[in-house]
Amino acid sequence: MALQDLCNFGDIFQESVGTARNVTASGKRKSCSYASGVALSNSTSLFHFYIPEAGYLDESPIQFGQISTMQSSSGIPFPEMLPIPSSLPESLPFTSSQAVPLPFPMAHGTTTLAFMFQGGVLAAADTRSSCSGLVACPASQKILPIHSHLVGTTSGTSADCALWKRILSRELRLYQLRYGRRLSTRGAAKLLSHMLHPFKGTELYCGCPCFSGPSLFYVCSDGTRLEGSLFSVGSGSPYAYSILDQGVRWGLTVEEATSIAREAVYRATHRDAYSGNFVDVYHVTSKGWTRRTREDLKEEYYREKERRRLERERRGTALSG
Amino acid sequence: MEYLIGIQGPDYVLVAADNVAASSIIQMKHDYDKMFKLSEKILLLCVGEAGDTVQFAEYIQKNVQLYKMRNGYELSPSAAANFTRKNLADYLRSRTPYHVNLLLAGHDESDGPGLFYMDYMASLAKAPFAAHGYGAFLTLSILDRYYRPDLSRVEAVELLRKCVEELNKRFILNLPSFSVRLIDKDGIHDMEKITLTAK
Repeated sequence: MALQDLCNFGDIFQESVGTARNVTASGKRKSCSYASGVALSNSTSLFHFYIPEAGYLDESPIQFGQISTMQSSSGIPFPEMLPIPSSLPESLPFTSSQAVPLPFPMAHGTTTLAFMFQGGVLAAADTRSSCSGLVACPASQKILPIHSHLVGTTSGTSADCALWKRILSRELRLYQLRYGRRLSTRGAAKLLSHMLHPFKGTELYCGCPCFSGPSLFYVCSDGTRLEGSLFSVGSGSPYAYSILDQGVRWGLTVEEATSIAREAVYRATHRDAYSGNFVDVYHVTSKGWTRRTREDLKEEYYREKERRRLERERRGTALSG
Repeated sequence: MEYLIGIQGPDYVLVAADNVAASSIIQMKHDYDKMFKLSEKILLLCVGEAGDTVQFAEYIQKNVQLYKMRNGYELSPSAAANFTRKNLADYLRSRTPYHVNLLLAGHDESDGPGLFYMDYMASLAKAPFAAHGYGAFLTLSILDRYYRPDLSRVEAVELLRKCVEELNKRFILNLPSFSVRLIDKDGIHDMEKITLTAK
């Protein structure tokens, strides 16, 4: 019911751009530009808002991998391949389930984790944004609040994650205004999963444990949507999983939970080259989310070294370097 | 990676699926249910590519429910299987093929129990027993050897257990637990999960 309404959202905007139904002024301007700029303005699907103009995709010098491999290998005839611009209006062509080649390997260089316990839901993430081998930003934010009671962690392409977080916030707010109640986490996860489905196969965005008290969902751009009580996503996730599996129980106190989340991210950043710098910890309860001050893991490393040194001295044994 | 199995008896169908939801090398969930209830007496077991399974299975599920709402009676298992196969075939040559392997198990009042094997190429076969996944290579010969058309329910569960034990012994991946369900003229019955400890 809700989704169907949202899918007719395009209709509402096309017909009555001038009405006062829009949430914010900036939203309205944005929607106007979409409605006029996109060549697909007579379509009725919601998703056509999110596709760049057909012209842009056709002219882009960088093949972002959405165009199938078949087109790039020119000599081989494929009778069922339609030219991309004309096929865009009917359907979204990028939903092939085969992996399409990307211009460069985009690893999901991140460690994010989230788990449920008696005190709510805890999420932690590192803050390093990498870009094939260099640290593009050491202090990025990978946990994005969607609304007062829902937080999403992100992994994958930063730009896509930021975009989808904003789209999800907008849709949830619209749902709230229309129906007078907040959409549940399960519903938000389902909504996100359905919105991502047309973009499957483009490695758009992976892993959004989004949660509000108390439930936790893992949503991935390949279409996976799982409910659970412990998830970790990203290149550093195996390292984090092993720490979390040992220590996470339902009966943890908030301090213990924070400490194990920090420890897991720290260990993952120690081993994984693409995770590092700081750690963010968010705690979500029925009263909303709270954020712990960002902590530098470099300090943690030196503190641990110091602790180990003191312990060694105390034990009086000489360990080799 | 994933495993589905179905055994048809004289008046029931026994189906089982593993409970692991994996993402590359990590088991993300240990209690994931791969069976979708299409109607009171039809189950669809679905494995394959990550998002495709849920999307396709839910699509079929909702359409079967819609048929019931529109016409007042439910689709038979055979009709549901053919409908599913038709959808798979239609999408196969589109730009968005669904890479899913399915088992459809159901009980019909007039036709009795039925087990239908479908794969991502939209093939359909009604079979007395069937399995999907790498585990099928290991267990089909056990089914060939011990299956009889007049297996009792207890014997069928025993046969299932033999298959699962073989997987536990020889299959390279760890599949610790399996959901088991039985369909007969009274509907779908949840049976006890088969859980094996590592050898």
